[in-house]
Amino acid sequence: MVDSVFIGLSIITVGSAILSLESRELLYGGIALAISMLGIAGYFIILDAPFVAMFQIAVYVGAVAVLIIFTVMLVRAPNTVTKKETRKRKIAGILLGLGFLVMAGSILGNSTVTQLKFNENAPVFDVQAIGKGLLTYYSPVLIVLALTLASAVIGALALARREDIEERNEPTN
Amino acid sequence: MNQPTDFLYIAIILISIGIYGLVVKRNALRLIFSIELIANAVNLALIAFSRMLPSPEGQIFVLFSIAISAAEVAVGLGIIIVAYRFYKDIDITEYKNLKN
Repeated sequence: MVDSVFIGLSIITVGSAILSLESRELLYGGIALAISMLGIAGYFIILDAPFVAMFQIAVYVGAVAVLIIFTVMLVRAPNTVTKKETRKRKIAGILLGLGFLVMAGSILGNSTVTQLKFNENAPVFDVQAIGKGLLTYYSPVLIVLALTLASAVIGALALARREDIEERNEPTN
Repeated sequence: MNQPTDFLYIAIILISIGIYGLVVKRNALRLIFSIELIANAVNLALIAFSRMLPSPEGQIFVLFSIAISAAEVAVGLGIIIVAYRFYKDIDITEYKNLKN
């Protein structure tokens, strides 16, 4: 039995996910994506994972969505609704998406996953266990992840660098 | 009380929306939107199973996954900006010269 909060969150999340792909303006699409990620954070709160929800809001809504909106403003695409989306491609996409939906849904409906139940007594908010796991067993993963993030950001900076500005500035110093 | 299956159905719906976007859309930014939707759906499924067990390990994995997709978005947007500078467009059908 699903409750009303879950239904409201589902409508917000799925609706703004569709809107983010189908909106005419790319900027509104980015904002709709941010709202969809907020909906996912709401699911995390329902599922008793408030720390992950905080992380989701901070990283996705705070960083990724803002980065995407900045990029949308930087690349002033002349026509956001492109003529390349032909009717045939659209039908193929809808069929593929619906096919995946029906297939995975029927597999899920017929499996024993439907008999699984949540534990009735909710676990207490144990951010301590997460921190302990991060710093003991998963500490090598944490270090590798930090290096990955740093190298990705440096790589993005090096990619987006403009050589022509640098050459113009060189004679002055 | 919700059951794990409800959250898994939502994850499946989000993944199929992402597949639709990846197939239909030719705008590079919309492709990144679709990839983000799929990554979020996977995180949702992981958290649902972690709540079911219950165990904090799933939450740790979701933290890693969120960080990795943030790095991926940074690099992807950098590539889009560079490609826009070369081609004056973010339509990936215009990027034919990248193939060889």
